[in-house]
Amino acid sequence: MSHGFYIGLSYAVSALIVAVLIGWVWWDGKARQKELAELERAGVRRRSSAPAGEAQ
Amino acid sequence: MMALLLRDLKLSVRAGGGALIGVLFFMTVVAVIPFGVGPDLNLLSRIGPAIVWIGALLSALLGLDRLFQTEREDGSLDLILMQEHPLVLTVLVKCLAHWLANCLPLVIASPLLGLFMNMSEVAIGAVALTLLVGSPALTFIGAVGAAVAVALPRGGLLVSILVLPLAVPVLIFGVSASYAAVEDPAPFMPPFLILSAITLFFAVIGPLGAALALRNAGD
Amino acid sequence: MTESLAITKFSDLANPARFLSLTGRIIPWLAGLTLCLFAIGLYLSFTTEGDYQQGDTVRIMYVHVPAAWLSMMCYTVMALSAIGTLVWRHPLADVSHKAAAPLGAAFTLIALATGSLWGKPMWGTWWVWDARLTSVFILFLMYLGLIALNRAMDDPSKAARVSAVFILVGFVNIPIIKFSVEWWNTLHQPASVVRLDGPTIDPEFLTPLLVMAVAFTLLFFTLHLMAMRNEIWRRRVGAQRRLAARMASREA
Repeated sequence: MSHGFYIGLSYAVSALIVAVLIGWVWWDGKARQKELAELERAGVRRRSSAPAGEAQ
Repeated sequence: MMALLLRDLKLSVRAGGGALIGVLFFMTVVAVIPFGVGPDLNLLSRIGPAIVWIGALLSALLGLDRLFQTEREDGSLDLILMQEHPLVLTVLVKCLAHWLANCLPLVIASPLLGLFMNMSEVAIGAVALTLLVGSPALTFIGAVGAAVAVALPRGGLLVSILVLPLAVPVLIFGVSASYAAVEDPAPFMPPFLILSAITLFFAVIGPLGAALALRNAGD
Repeated sequence: MTESLAITKFSDLANPARFLSLTGRIIPWLAGLTLCLFAIGLYLSFTTEGDYQQGDTVRIMYVHVPAAWLSMMCYTVMALSAIGTLVWRHPLADVSHKAAAPLGAAFTLIALATGSLWGKPMWGTWWVWDARLTSVFILFLMYLGLIALNRAMDDPSKAARVSAVFILVGFVNIPIIKFSVEWWNTLHQPASVVRLDGPTIDPEFLTPLLVMAVAFTLLFFTLHLMAMRNEIWRRRVGAQRRLAARMASREA
């Protein structure tokens, strides 16, 4: 008994979800980097070059 | 603490009958079911305990997001946060007041709805008893949701979405204890005792989580 | 004295800039390793023999079981980060559990979808209210609720703290939910569904399963690091925009 359809479909669904996930993370990263670059170009620098205490 | 309990009770009784609305919602939900599944009395008596439990669960969640919301609006939440009593205790008392005002009426109303559902006397008694024991757990677990709702610009529906999955164990043991009372082979005590254990457990976890969330939700 | 030393070490670790440079170096290696392991795992899972009882459908297990494991591991990672948020106020912990929630939801979705596709040929229906499927479904709902909760709040650090409380409450509840769902299942269903699980698994299946599990775990950590990096960038963009707006209003 071979159920090629179900096996193929389940692998395809998993691949699709993983691909969407990777794509989303990748695209999100690219978009954020672009925004940062734009801000940089607009002349907005980080408050300080000292590394500590940015988020808190 | 007694004063807080009495104050909360008075407020909820006076504030336009929140308890009454809860009971009304409960009755409406249960009354709508026969229109969905048909007026077959045998079927209704079979699914009756489950319907009454689900109705009680939904209406217990209905008023919960207001648990801390009014305090936040009139600013007394800050007073509660700053006072010397441990916050966990305050939250516990507020939960008890909410339960007395909103869930106890549901428990009292449930036998009447059991009659509508054509349930046997034993089943009606079992449902009322399990609701009496199980509904505090719903209030306690909902208190966490209510405390989270304080931080939200618009709470409401999201709180129910967050709380309902956590309420699944209460529902399971409440309904299975009610069924066990009617159907012969299954013993009544084990699910009932587990239900009581869950209530006691949530009586610890709920106020703790709610107090933690309240502290963090404040600015 | 030692305590303050420990605190400085922690704040070193919390330093987003250092974290960014570290992830920048690690991510390519992790991604490469994940890819290799997936290649090996997929090759193994399609070349090993089928089970005499379940036939070729046993191949679904090689995706289904690792995804289900990961859906639980992801929640554990989130719970640990939530402790980090609440106890140490660690900014990276905030970022970590926020970034993990969508990943967990995705892996849970994979587990559910493949479980359903496995159920159709094996049990004859798409969905069985089986104890495992049901509790994974509840877990999925919890993930979605947490994502919605994170989205609903504007202030990121407040959102992180509030959702950390909820993650921990949920984490305490998961064993209870699991236990109650199993009880409910044995009550309502004669145990007719015999599945290939438990410790009696054949070593024939074990090798591809383990390789796939490790591959999925590495995939999770790669994506988690990338998502955390994105989140840090997002907060930095927000902070700089606010700063720019403040400077503009000062000039005007």
